Amino acid sequence: MDNFILARRRRELMVAGALLVVAVVVPRFIADVTTLNVIILSLLFAGLAQAWNILGGYCGQISLGHALYFGIGAYVSTLLYVHAGLPPSAGIFLGGVVGGIAALLVGWPCFRLSGHYYAIATVVVGEIGYLLFLNWDYVGGATGVYIPIAKPSLLNLQFGKDKLPYLYLVLAFAAATWIAAWLIEGSRWGYAWRAVKDDVVAARSLGVNIFSSKMAAAAISGFFTGLGGAIYGLYVGYIDPDSVMAGHFSILIALPAVLGGVGTLWGPILGAALLIPVKELSSSYLGGSGRGVDLMLYGAMIVVVALAQPQGLVLLFRRRAHGPA
Amino acid sequence: MTLETLLQVAAGGLLMGLIYALVAAGLSLIFGLMDVVNFAHGELMMLAMYAVFVIWDATGLDPLWQLPVVAGLLFLTGMAIYRGLIARALSVPFNRGMVQIFVTFGLAIFIRGAAQFVWGGEFRAVNHTWLSDRSLNLGGVFLPLPQLAASAVCLAAFAGLLAISRTEFGRALEATREDRDAVALIGIDRDRIFAMGWGLGAGAVGIAGVMLAGFYYVGPNVGASFALIAYVTVALGGFGSMAGALVAGVLIGEVEAFTAVVLEPSLKQIGVFAVYLLVLMFRPRGLFGKL
Repeated sequence: MDNFILARRRRELMVAGALLVVAVVVPRFIADVTTLNVIILSLLFAGLAQAWNILGGYCGQISLGHALYFGIGAYVSTLLYVHAGLPPSAGIFLGGVVGGIAALLVGWPCFRLSGHYYAIATVVVGEIGYLLFLNWDYVGGATGVYIPIAKPSLLNLQFGKDKLPYLYLVLAFAAATWIAAWLIEGSRWGYAWRAVKDDVVAARSLGVNIFSSKMAAAAISGFFTGLGGAIYGLYVGYIDPDSVMAGHFSILIALPAVLGGVGTLWGPILGAALLIPVKELSSSYLGGSGRGVDLMLYGAMIVVVALAQPQGLVLLFRRRAHGPA
Repeated sequence: MTLETLLQVAAGGLLMGLIYALVAAGLSLIFGLMDVVNFAHGELMMLAMYAVFVIWDATGLDPLWQLPVVAGLLFLTGMAIYRGLIARALSVPFNRGMVQIFVTFGLAIFIRGAAQFVWGGEFRAVNHTWLSDRSLNLGGVFLPLPQLAASAVCLAAFAGLLAISRTEFGRALEATREDRDAVALIGIDRDRIFAMGWGLGAGAVGIAGVMLAGFYYVGPNVGASFALIAYVTVALGGFGSMAGALVAGVLIGEVEAFTAVVLEPSLKQIGVFAVYLLVLMFRPRGLFGKL
């Protein structure tokens, strides 16, 4: 690897470290619950979008069914806690593992499909999962499952009314996904996956195994999405198919990466930092009356950003750093 | 299951399937022409249904008489969407595939929000039409007239789309689909063809929406479930194939109707999705897609 790339990667790591310090320190001075909630959700979706980005951005497989892995993670962790007494601090990782396995099971048939056929198949698989969970009594069906309130502890990952520990939990999650993406970018896998994304035929001629590349990307992406779903379940304290597995979650997971910049390290973070606050604040200030203004704003923003910055918002920063291209 | 129930279920599946087919045909037409999947397709149908409701509410005009008016309105809406958004989305230098997905998706959310803003979130229904509460008895199999009329109109619209494909304009459409750059050399205005394609696609789903409004509730989210079925129909039939949309639409209508009876109504879409995934295992580009 030449020096230019090494220097850039080291710089990225330093920027990430600085951002992490800011993200640890600043929330200590915020008392407002609404603000903390928006920060928590933004960090969570920054991590989820990064997880999506590993499959959708680096490997180029546009999945519109990630709600399935998100929901599975939430259900596995919650049900293990409720039925088997497994502490969520271990359960969330099992949720991630099952999410990753689910992504492999979905990928095995679906990676034969290409382009729009793949995208629509992922929508359908996600929808099947949603309908099954909705009609499956053992997992609570449409009524859902409450997570029993326990004494605040790190073991149970429950912190009562205190929001700050949750914020650090999702911050750790977002940081872990970022590190994973950073490691992938510099690894042999990362190069192989980007080759699969850019030109399947050329990648194959260079000896890249297309199918196993996609499967590896799917497993990692599914693991982190499941992990995020499990954490989300703990945070909201109640899950049902509509709140963790509905199709719109698939879009919400992909959207920050797309708006921020697919296949980039900072895209998912930037996208989530813009999208989630706009979505949350508009729905709490404008959506209360049920008049749909929040949806109009949200939809219009997606259209405008996608058209104005087709490569994503990261480009705004890149231009400044390197001068006009 | 008696023969009579069997026929009754099959007839219900066929009637619904023909509507699915027309919704899917509009989607398939646009996709075949320019590789764009319109994720706001269901919302166009929802707009058509609200248009029927508003006109019916204000004038009492029967949905059947509104057909040409609303189809025309949707045609213009489709052209406007192409001129205002899609032409721009097609001209971006990077990530064209992703931009078009999310532009039409954002548009869908916007339209849904706008519908909620204008008409509120509650369900509306167009009652007491000329056809409502009447049905045809075919040897013990009952065919409700609103559904029967809807599927007849959908078949006619399909025939209309095929007839258009034989005109001069249809040939220009076909040529643009084959090679979108070469057509400019023989004097075809690609932009105009694309806009007309969007008009026709929106008009087709508009016709389906008008007929559906005669027996189905209207609400801001009504488009979403139909759109999902339409994507499955198009992928099952093969993107860009009109015949595929018709066959897949009817197949999906039947599978849905029978799953609802054999399993239970809340699982009816699972049967559809399972059949779709199964077919895709053997034909990754759908029944009629070019392999």
